[in-house]
Amino acid sequence: MPASQYDQVTKIGDATDRIDGPLKVQGKARYAGEFEFDAPTLVGVYVGAARSGGTLTKVNTDKAESQPGVKAVLTYHNAPEQRPFAEPEDAMRFGQSRAVLQDTKIRYAGFPVALVVAETLEQARYAASLITHTVESDGPELLENADEAQVTPASLDGGFEPDATCGNIEQALNNTTRLDMTYHTPNQISAAMEPHTTIAYYDGDILHVHTSVQILASAVTCLANTLKLPEDKIRIKSLFVGGGFGSKLGLHNDAVLACLGAIHLKQPVKVALHRRQVFHSAPHRGFSIQKISLSADNAGHINGISHHSAMPMAQDYAFAEATGAVARITYKADAIESRHRVKVVDSPMIDSVRAPGDAIGSLAFESAIDELALHCKIDPVEFRLNNIAPAHPITGKPFSTHHLAECLKKGAEEFGWANRTKNDNGPVKTGYGVALAMRMNMIVPSAAKVTLDSDGQIAVFTDMTDIGTGTYTILSQVVSDFFNTPANAITINLGDSTSPASCGSGGSFGASSSATSVRNACEKLSRQLCEKMGLARGSHQVAVHDGKVIAGEGDTQQVCTLSDLFKDSGVSELEGHGEVEPGESHDEYEQYSCGAHFAEVTVDTITGEVRIKRQHGVFSAGQILNHKTATSQLQGGMVWGASYALLEDLQRDKHHGGFVNCDLAEYHFAVNRDIGDIKVTFIEEPDYKACKLGSKGIGELGITGAGAAIANAISDAVGIRVREFPITPDKVVNALTKQS
Amino acid sequence: MATITINGQEYPLPDDPRTTLLDFLHQHLKLFGAKKGCDHGQCGACTVVVDNERMNACLLLAFQLEGKSVTTIEGIASEEELHPLQKAFVKCDAFQCGFCTSGQICSGVSMMNELQENNPSTVWFEPNYSEQEDIKERMSGNLCRCGAYANIIDAVNIVRQDKEVS
Repeated sequence: MPASQYDQVTKIGDATDRIDGPLKVQGKARYAGEFEFDAPTLVGVYVGAARSGGTLTKVNTDKAESQPGVKAVLTYHNAPEQRPFAEPEDAMRFGQSRAVLQDTKIRYAGFPVALVVAETLEQARYAASLITHTVESDGPELLENADEAQVTPASLDGGFEPDATCGNIEQALNNTTRLDMTYHTPNQISAAMEPHTTIAYYDGDILHVHTSVQILASAVTCLANTLKLPEDKIRIKSLFVGGGFGSKLGLHNDAVLACLGAIHLKQPVKVALHRRQVFHSAPHRGFSIQKISLSADNAGHINGISHHSAMPMAQDYAFAEATGAVARITYKADAIESRHRVKVVDSPMIDSVRAPGDAIGSLAFESAIDELALHCKIDPVEFRLNNIAPAHPITGKPFSTHHLAECLKKGAEEFGWANRTKNDNGPVKTGYGVALAMRMNMIVPSAAKVTLDSDGQIAVFTDMTDIGTGTYTILSQVVSDFFNTPANAITINLGDSTSPASCGSGGSFGASSSATSVRNACEKLSRQLCEKMGLARGSHQVAVHDGKVIAGEGDTQQVCTLSDLFKDSGVSELEGHGEVEPGESHDEYEQYSCGAHFAEVTVDTITGEVRIKRQHGVFSAGQILNHKTATSQLQGGMVWGASYALLEDLQRDKHHGGFVNCDLAEYHFAVNRDIGDIKVTFIEEPDYKACKLGSKGIGELGITGAGAAIANAISDAVGIRVREFPITPDKVVNALTKQS
Repeated sequence: MATITINGQEYPLPDDPRTTLLDFLHQHLKLFGAKKGCDHGQCGACTVVVDNERMNACLLLAFQLEGKSVTTIEGIASEEELHPLQKAFVKCDAFQCGFCTSGQICSGVSMMNELQENNPSTVWFEPNYSEQEDIKERMSGNLCRCGAYANIIDAVNIVRQDKEVS
């Protein structure tokens, strides 16, 4: 795996280039579908059910089976036996059985009904096209309006309670400035550039799997549960992941189908979801209906915040997101009421998409707050500054650190908020918007091993993944910084399930959790080196470079060559194991990353077209581990925010229970020209209550609030408020027509 | 025998007329640099250069390319040294997951030639377009879900300004 190109020490925080960069720009980084075993790889293509919520009554594979090159056609008649879907109940959702081709139950539109395995993709694809099937269904059960969402989910993603209140909400809202607003956000999908892909090979003893997944340990559990195999007979590798954004937290149909094919045929089988299949086979974010009521006093202090969320929940898949989280945490108020309800529907899986809860919660809530500021005739920056909560508004628990106001002030200054001007002549109008971001910070248990050999080469082993987040690079920096070792002597080995189990990538917890475990492993290794050198127990930190171990400084410095040290100890390498788990400070303090977004847009009042001129984000997320990769990730989040404000909309097919616009020409997300100038700055202060390194999550911070800033800028430009995202030209024109 | 030249080397065309250039690269040549993001010509991850013109390898049937010369990411630079745009991508952090990167770079290299040759783009129909807007427009056929767009433009600008990339 990549060793760094740097022949110098790289410190934590340095804006170093990615160590996997040279591989990626040469097309040499190997993603899941690009591995070869000794035997030739067969190709699997599956047929998805034409409609949801029904029973498979007929599947005809005769023609497919007789096609040249076809090795097998698997259906529920002949597929290897699996544990029933979603069992065992006590496994987390990423560890439960994801059985397919087991019975006639169709779980959702696009659910696999047959798998063709052939020598080539062309053969498999054609044979699959000859399979016919019938699904009998009374039509899908769907969520049509907010009142139908009556079920209170057991808990929300991120561990939030479904309901939270403080104060007397009716009294607080009983105010002349009361605003009642209903915001809608659409179904959205991660649409990572790499479609989910798996190559599996069963050698009779071990099931070898190359797949594209964010968390390996639970993926092993998932396959063990699904295929009724012991976990130690499954080896998963995921060395490079072509984007995840939540859609690869768990394994999906490609993985299970490739394994079924491989077990059935005892040959390597590759199954890559076609882009169209990604929309149904991979999870998506459900649409939301967010009813928000707000009130403020004459001085612009918020009295009441009420946020009621209604969303669909997929059958047999208990996931619900906390759209109300930002409404509970950002502003103080006399009373706050937050409520989440769902309806269980016949839908493809609904699960995490980047920043579950906050991405769409902030889209609605920070737009609504802007409406209230305008209603009170107070500048939206000033209005927010006046109302920022100094501690948790509901529980009163203190924040570990909290620089929300500083982000807002710094952002306003850098963006030029006070001096914003409009010199509009003609139909194109300029507007400016602001919005805040609060995203919870977590540590998830994670483990790593660090080894040192007699040549001074240091290697890190953890089953952590790099999904574009820069894990390879920051872990290299953590080790280089700790041992004062040039980065090119450090090798980072990720994405192999035989390595110590990590947190995986997701929920913005990956960097802090995995980096802390690596740091702890370095400390253990350092302690061993001290002991080998006969040093006092107190001195734990040593430097390793130029073939020497160096402890202490000045007169008390002790130096030992690695060759002597290893000769004396009689081993070929030393290793340290490190772990991390959330500590007391995670119970005692509210831990959040925060930020402020500013946007400038133009709106064409004739065509309704919105163009983004610039986006500016100021963020506080503790110690930044690598300024280059962190800036990129936050910018990427802001691009998602822009995309959510203006473009993304996965439209339901209410007859079939699936989606209509299942490709990248119909499901729009931002392209290069959709994005204007984009700038990220930091308020950097390590938060040692968050973790030993002082870092906090950033992966989902950039998207939180970014879209609302754009929506607010549109409102500022032309005085309309579109409460149904995305704000497409047709909706702008309709709103302008109503206005005039 | 019908052949195709890929990164300077000649190969016989595949027998199966259904084989796309992209699947030919993957299945027959084990060249995995060009990526399959959509197989529909909508994402640009499979962009390669065919006789000096950037094209989506997923939309080309291999048998149509008899006698053509194709350059993939594996052939965009010499073995010894990265192409200036590859270096600029690393320096500007113009990618995150890396899955669209091969296509972005092939597209960018070809796009710079188009600018050089004054080939028009759609923004030329607008009264006051900027060069940056023009470059963004020309790079909009290559989707990047990680949202590295600004850094991609920075990388292109660095190469165009012929800056030394260290």
